[in-house]
Amino acid sequence: MRVDSDTLVLGIETSCDETAAALVMGGTDVISSVVSSQIDLHARFGGVVPEVAGRAHLEQITPVVREAIAAAGVDPRRIDAVACTVGPGLIGALLVGVSAAKALALAWEVPFVGVNHLEAHLYSAFLEDDSLEFPLVVLLVSGGHTLLIEMSDHGQYRLLGGTIDDAAGEAFDKVARYLDLGYPGGPAIDRAATEGDPEAIRFPRAMSDGGLDFSFSGLKTAVVNHVRRHPEVDSRDVAASFQAAVVDVLVDKTRRAAALVGATGIVLGGGVAANSALRRDLVAAGEADGRRVFLPGREMCTDNAAMIAAAGWHRLRDDGPSPLDLGAVPSMPILES
Amino acid sequence: MLILAIETATESVGVALGGRDGVLASVTIARGRRHGETLAPAIQFACRHAGVELPDLDAVAVDIGPGLFTGMRVGIATAKALAMALDIPVVPVTSLESLAESARSHHGLVVPVVDARKGEVFWSMHRADSEGVTALSEPSIGSVDDLLAALGERGQHALCLGDGAHRHATALRDGADCVVAEERHPSAEVLVTIGARRALREEWSTADLVTPLYLRRPDAEINWETREVRA
Ligand SMILES: [Zn+2]
Repeated sequence: MRVDSDTLVLGIETSCDETAAALVMGGTDVISSVVSSQIDLHARFGGVVPEVAGRAHLEQITPVVREAIAAAGVDPRRIDAVACTVGPGLIGALLVGVSAAKALALAWEVPFVGVNHLEAHLYSAFLEDDSLEFPLVVLLVSGGHTLLIEMSDHGQYRLLGGTIDDAAGEAFDKVARYLDLGYPGGPAIDRAATEGDPEAIRFPRAMSDGGLDFSFSGLKTAVVNHVRRHPEVDSRDVAASFQAAVVDVLVDKTRRAAALVGATGIVLGGGVAANSALRRDLVAAGEADGRRVFLPGREMCTDNAAMIAAAGWHRLRDDGPSPLDLGAVPSMPILES
Repeated sequence: MLILAIETATESVGVALGGRDGVLASVTIARGRRHGETLAPAIQFACRHAGVELPDLDAVAVDIGPGLFTGMRVGIATAKALAMALDIPVVPVTSLESLAESARSHHGLVVPVVDARKGEVFWSMHRADSEGVTALSEPSIGSVDDLLAALGERGQHALCLGDGAHRHATALRDGADCVVAEERHPSAEVLVTIGARRALREEWSTADLVTPLYLRRPDAEINWETREVRA
């Protein structure tokens, strides 16, 4: 099939705790994007519970797809392909989207395209600015992943660094829970930090090894130890100081990665990319180093289906449709080339 | 009346096409437990070889469990999406009803028993006679002893079937007046029969409303409540 600026792709995302569907034209033009979040269902557990997520996706999948089509105001027969996250993610959650996407593709007699969720996060930047030039360094930070990736062209990736223990978002969740700030941890810490002093406590920055891998479990322990020793401490100061330590490490390693590969620009993605301190410091670092920094809008940073449709459009154009016997892959790595 | 039946509540994947006059095509993949990979190609294969186009369908019948969560999720998500795209209803059928229907030539008490793991079973009571199979009770979950007590209360000879009956065959035969029939798993072909019958009476649901039959809450919720009680 011809894949061009008129090709309309329905994207579906169910890898974690958001059920999402979107219609994107030509890989860049978002016609509609619907996200049904399960945050409230998981809040009391302080994290995403796979079984609860699987049940909710199954309830939400058809209403969300229906709403995305209705919001776009298009006839479903106009849809040219159905793209869906096949991994990485929770297996019971992924299977709901993959099964529904294949069924829709069968019923409408259009191609099905399996998409790597991590790759899709990279495309969220292209949805807002298609003038990006390669090579790019992408910092992908969320509850499930903390990755530094070199993108030398569409579909051409090299993993530069990853976390050796907790993902950045996980560290935010754990510290927020410890400080009783609420769930999800990212926005909760961000909020508390605006009223705290980021220099009140000097938490360790785990970057002494000089490599591009991340480690956040030591920082989490340092927070716990500090609060134990100083029970009277203001949790807003702890939140601000913890956030400063995380952001320092993320920004520093991203700068080093960008210098290493001679990147023209830096792209930020993932749920933690909505963090205001990270956005501010990364932009400042980009200005200092003479590199463009691309910050997708906050709703494009968190999991959504527009990025799945955009990545699906590129996959379809470059590699064609996926076979219908493609399964869900819970621990899918970023495709390296 | 053309029905697509999707049976994924057990380790196998089953797809059948047919209506009141019987089954046109039937595909069973009994090995592999790869529901996510095999279901869509099986539907495509069954349609192609039966000369059926998906838009010809009048309804989709799907097994809503109790059974294996992973498989059920694949089957139900597929049924819902097909029904939405084709603008047709879904006929939800429990695995217990489907098993009971497979004993329709029997006369007497029929008790489908599905393995619920963790030492428990799902079951329901049905009467089979010349009129067909009629449900006598709602689906239940409990220990094998609970099931034996329920059988004792009925005080009738029973035909037990399903993987749970096979797993606990000795306990059932020793503890109750019953025989264990051959059938272990519900089949897509039986699902077509039930689906066609119910669709004719418009006993159906819509894509958005179909959910699995949950007789047990998620472990996390149970653990959470236990924790709150202790705290
Ligand atoms: Zn994500």
